[in-house]
Amino acid sequence: MNDSADKSATDPRKGPLAAALYVTLAVAAIVWAAPLFWMVITSLKPSEQAASASLSPLPTPASKTLEFAANNYSAVWTDESVQFPLYLRNTLIVAFLSVIGMTLSSAMVAYGFARIPFRGRNAFFAITLATMMIPFPIIMGPLFVIFSQLGWIGTLRPLWMPAWFGGAFNIFLLRQFYMGLPKELDEAARIDGCSHWGIFWRIIVPLSKPALAVVALFHFIYVWNDFLAPLIYLTHRDNFTLALGLQMYQSRAGNTPWNLLMAASTMVVAPVTLLFFLTQRQFVRGIASGGGKE
Amino acid sequence: MKEQPQASRAEQRNEQRQNLAGWLWVSPWIIGCGLFLLAPIFMSLYYSLTDYPLLEKPLWIGTENYRRLLNDSDFWLTLKNTLIYVLWTIPLSTLVSVGLAALLNRARARSLFQGAIFLPSLVPLAASAIIFMWLFNGEYGLINRALGVIGIEGPAWLLDRHWAMPAVVLIGVWGVGQAVVLYVAALQDVPEQLYEAADIDGMGALGKFWNITVPMISPVILFNVITMSIGSFQVFVIPYILFDRVKGGPDKVAYFYTHYLYDNAFIFDKMGYASAMAWVQLVIVLLFTALLFALSRRYVFYRGA
Repeated sequence: MNDSADKSATDPRKGPLAAALYVTLAVAAIVWAAPLFWMVITSLKPSEQAASASLSPLPTPASKTLEFAANNYSAVWTDESVQFPLYLRNTLIVAFLSVIGMTLSSAMVAYGFARIPFRGRNAFFAITLATMMIPFPIIMGPLFVIFSQLGWIGTLRPLWMPAWFGGAFNIFLLRQFYMGLPKELDEAARIDGCSHWGIFWRIIVPLSKPALAVVALFHFIYVWNDFLAPLIYLTHRDNFTLALGLQMYQSRAGNTPWNLLMAASTMVVAPVTLLFFLTQRQFVRGIASGGGKE
Repeated sequence: MKEQPQASRAEQRNEQRQNLAGWLWVSPWIIGCGLFLLAPIFMSLYYSLTDYPLLEKPLWIGTENYRRLLNDSDFWLTLKNTLIYVLWTIPLSTLVSVGLAALLNRARARSLFQGAIFLPSLVPLAASAIIFMWLFNGEYGLINRALGVIGIEGPAWLLDRHWAMPAVVLIGVWGVGQAVVLYVAALQDVPEQLYEAADIDGMGALGKFWNITVPMISPVILFNVITMSIGSFQVFVIPYILFDRVKGGPDKVAYFYTHYLYDNAFIFDKMGYASAMAWVQLVIVLLFTALLFALSRRYVFYRGA
């Protein structure tokens, strides 16, 4: 770098580099947002306009945009060969049961690791950390065998039941958070005759609400996005989740028009996007606390 | 168990109660970890030594599956494709995410830009695949239309054996948002005095980046590279959906390891063979991670260490 660039680099918020910084960031933001933007745009057009050379963001005539959109989305929603309303219901059932189970069990296990000095604790926690490295493809076959032994294949249970037994990453995250809470609080409560159960529910849980919310949020996103586990363990079409249904909608016989595929994708992406805009700060903080402490 | 002679009965009982309470509180995870993580690992080790079509009982065949792997061209092909994918994705994603984070760290209105870059990492992979299937469409896809505007005739991407792999890599890079957020957080923690001291020494911007920024965020780089490589060794959903008409893409250039493993387990009904593949994958991932840790001893800088 030459001298003049170097000087302005010391405070790029002012120097001539500021313009370059913001232009680069704006271009990056546009490039990253473009696929989602184009997905929505395509879902607003009639099929022959979607699959054309036009780069126009609105269909012609633009005044009929809402009408076109309504047609596309209702065509997807009421399609006979896929049943998106049913898949939405399944996804919500799985997400609801799974998020509650995961948050509750991980919180309790994390309490045990953070607050009760029992024999073998450190070894078991080390094993817990090590399991985070296990790639899912290694265990997906035997899990199928275990789930069929349990009689879960053909139901939604393989997708939510395991969550009730905790998750390594969430246990790690919550344990870190609990370790940061002053120990004097539980000691005072213990002198007052509080049991672990009482300390957990009356002190730890109320104080760790933000961390619990992050765990719930992340796990919801995880469940909503999961594709491989539903692909393997859901054998009945009636049990399909949205991610799986979306793929089936794309790959069924005959070509699904792009505008309808993008309308279906938009329906699957929209809830996550909405959740992100509502909770952007928690998201960013949650991610930073997960990896930043390594 | 060794008992301390001076420990009173009450203390002993208290300790026993603590042990019981501790194990009771972590008991859900004993099942979660034991039944859904550790048991499957050992089961797959056993299956890998058997011939196991799912509906019949596993039949012991020793190391036969592993020997068959050595002569299986699809095994070597998918392993090669996966390594190519990993070796492209990791450096590219790291460069892009560190670069973006460095810019974001210096910008006002950061959350606006950061939001746009982070959001794609939350998009369900099934949706990402279908969106990019449309964007990469040779005729009407946005990417080729945009290239057309500046006078470049784009390739047929997913149908072109040279461009199918880069397309999958690009979709991966699109999802780097979480790494970017981690890097921004790490950059915020770099003490400003270090840069001020470097200014006094007359160090240039590039010098500061290499001598201060990179060492200071190197633990986070290590963390991201490890999580990314564990993740990209498993790449499955995006190519599985992208190339669902022609499995593995043109000339199978995008047929990946996990996809072949999945096919063996659930399509070809060869659970034993798939389990052997799973163990090979586990060993490769562990070796790769060990290599990264070994390298990190040299290059990663820990504050206060």
